[in-house]
Amino acid sequence: MRLNVLHKTHYTYDAPVPYGLQQVRLRPKSRLGQLVEEWRIDVTGGQVEVSFEDEHANAVDLVSFASGQTEIEITCAGIVDVEDKAGIVGPQGGYVPLWLFRRSTVLTTPGEHVQALADRAPANCSDLDRLHALSAHVLEQVPYSTDQTASDLTAEAVMQAGHGVCQDHAHVFITAARLLGFPARYVSGYLMMDDRVDQDASHAWAEAYVEGLGWVGFDISNGISPDARYVRVATGLDYRGAAPISGLRYGNAGEDMSVTLQVQQQ
Amino acid sequence: MAGRPTYFDEMFGHGTAARAPYADYCDWFQHEDTARLLSKSEEAEALFRLIGVTFNVYGDPDATERLIPFDLVPRIIAAREWAKVAKGIEQRVRALNAFLHDIYHRQEIVRAGRLPAEMIARNDAFLPEMIGVSPPGDIYTHIVGTDLVRTGDDEFFVLEDNARTPSGVSYMLENRETMLHMFPELFSKIKVQSVGQYPRSLRKSLSACAPDACNGRPTIAVLTPGIHNSAYYEHAFLADQMSAELVEGHDLRVVDGRVAMRTTRGYKPIDVLYRRVDDEYLDPLNFNPDSVLGVPGIMDVYRAGGITIANAPGTGIADDKAIYSYMPDIVEFYTGEKAILQNVPTHRCSEPQALKYVLDNLADLVVKEVHGSGGYGMLVGPAASKKEIEEFRAKLEAAPGNYIAQPTLALSTVPILTDAGLAPRHVDLRPFVLVSPDRIDITPGGLTRVALTEGSLVVNSSQGGGTKDTWVLEE
Repeated sequence: MRLNVLHKTHYTYDAPVPYGLQQVRLRPKSRLGQLVEEWRIDVTGGQVEVSFEDEHANAVDLVSFASGQTEIEITCAGIVDVEDKAGIVGPQGGYVPLWLFRRSTVLTTPGEHVQALADRAPANCSDLDRLHALSAHVLEQVPYSTDQTASDLTAEAVMQAGHGVCQDHAHVFITAARLLGFPARYVSGYLMMDDRVDQDASHAWAEAYVEGLGWVGFDISNGISPDARYVRVATGLDYRGAAPISGLRYGNAGEDMSVTLQVQQQ
Repeated sequence: MAGRPTYFDEMFGHGTAARAPYADYCDWFQHEDTARLLSKSEEAEALFRLIGVTFNVYGDPDATERLIPFDLVPRIIAAREWAKVAKGIEQRVRALNAFLHDIYHRQEIVRAGRLPAEMIARNDAFLPEMIGVSPPGDIYTHIVGTDLVRTGDDEFFVLEDNARTPSGVSYMLENRETMLHMFPELFSKIKVQSVGQYPRSLRKSLSACAPDACNGRPTIAVLTPGIHNSAYYEHAFLADQMSAELVEGHDLRVVDGRVAMRTTRGYKPIDVLYRRVDDEYLDPLNFNPDSVLGVPGIMDVYRAGGITIANAPGTGIADDKAIYSYMPDIVEFYTGEKAILQNVPTHRCSEPQALKYVLDNLADLVVKEVHGSGGYGMLVGPAASKKEIEEFRAKLEAAPGNYIAQPTLALSTVPILTDAGLAPRHVDLRPFVLVSPDRIDITPGGLTRVALTEGSLVVNSSQGGGTKDTWVLEE
């Protein structure tokens, strides 16, 4: 499937920002089942300082704010051909040892609720079935809802809240999968939705490492493994490691962010 | 004295006659008046105060700035003795850099079953952000301080590898300056290898590690946490001595793809940053977001090849005392040779058998925190009271994986000058090693630290240790 993506993130500030940086992980790469035909990132109100590959082989751009800005916009546009691989991403490449994906982070530190969820996972079945069951249990206990009170919630806090968005689902799944002994990671990316072109936010899902298969994707919020409608952009141990944009700025200016996102089949 | 172990004294061996390296010095000393030397000693102290060589002791609110006591009796090492030590250090430092490269790439040593993966996985100093990063020349630890102790005529042990941020080189240099100033006649009588070239060598060594982005003569800067840091004097001293810029985090920012320093004529890119700020505080964008000591985005520029950071982030894994216990294997794995310098036999308390042995023999052992440094949080069994041992036992039992234990070594002594004349005191040695792509440069000698209290084996300045000038004789 050929997907056309247009993704604008627009920040406005109520006072000039003397200095700021944004670390941008918004460049999908060609890989098994995913061919990036065209991709560009444009920045207005700032400039790309350096580009590099991080430890998870994510392409990262460091963007600086032009001094005294009150607005900055990061626009990604491109075309990606995606094949349905039934969620299978393949072997672990690069140098990151698998044990790193068993590490808990601040957002994926397990508590009693996540532990109880992990305990529910069926034992007498294949690893793959076990993970699919876990994914279903997460959605059952944390139904999808956008009326959340906070972003950047820990997996345990999400379980207590009892509802969440794709990012929250991914965190709960990752935390529980690690408790079950699976290396697991967070994926940020795009999903073409069948019923609309304009979206409010980019998507997130999870991957777990299954012996014999390698990395397998689980879109917990939709109860499926990623197919030809998914563009995989960045991975990390949690949201913070794979976040599309994470930044730091000096001064006290208040920030307002708006996202324009269109994903459509070409 | 009956019942007391006899230590190897570097001046007199186990006897009363001076050992060969000390013969000329002792000859000179015999003709000196002790009272004159003691007054020289005061003169030395006044000099240090004047220059401002001081250090801060953490956990001692009454003494924020203290002078490290200096003893004017030099520690003397023959050229032949030094040659072997230097060869051993060079081998070890090569292995350390190969190890660090491997740990941040394929981890062959783990795959080969020579080092358990947990040693890396549970190591707080392991920085995932360094995975796959190859700094210029593949050098991770540019400046190393390999702590050595001596137990006999031909017996040296490595006590620890300071691959992260070895400090103390300014004392080595100031001690020599002071000695040259006070006893010029001694240096014309006895040929001592010079140490004064260290700042030049440091500059050369760091320059040789400049990134590809560097245009022309490399710009070097020393990054200090600021005047409140215990080693601020050294940071300022080194910057001055090697004609480098002394900067703090707020002086630097990312400009046009480089880390640049604010100057009166705009921003100037830094090629090599000799940083004396810990990893955690180095970059608030990538590490601790609350840090005000670092430079936001420096890790991004580093990973893009725009700056060299010395020492590289993540080198601290090699300073872990559990990793230390594997150093003989590490040296052999990467160099294909047996380690020239011995390791102190080390019991890893994370292993049940070892823990039992350690608990049964606390009174005879030295127990250290795996991640500790500076002599803080350690137990010296033979010098501890019953109560201290029992308190330590509780800590050890609560978290055995945090500790290693070693036998109490019979550290050599070198005399210090006291009101009653010469008196032996235990010493160690921190040689300073510079690593560049084409050579490893070891300053002859290093910093001798001396436990000023009679019988004490703890030489750390924070625990009441002093220093001596260290002489390596010319051939």
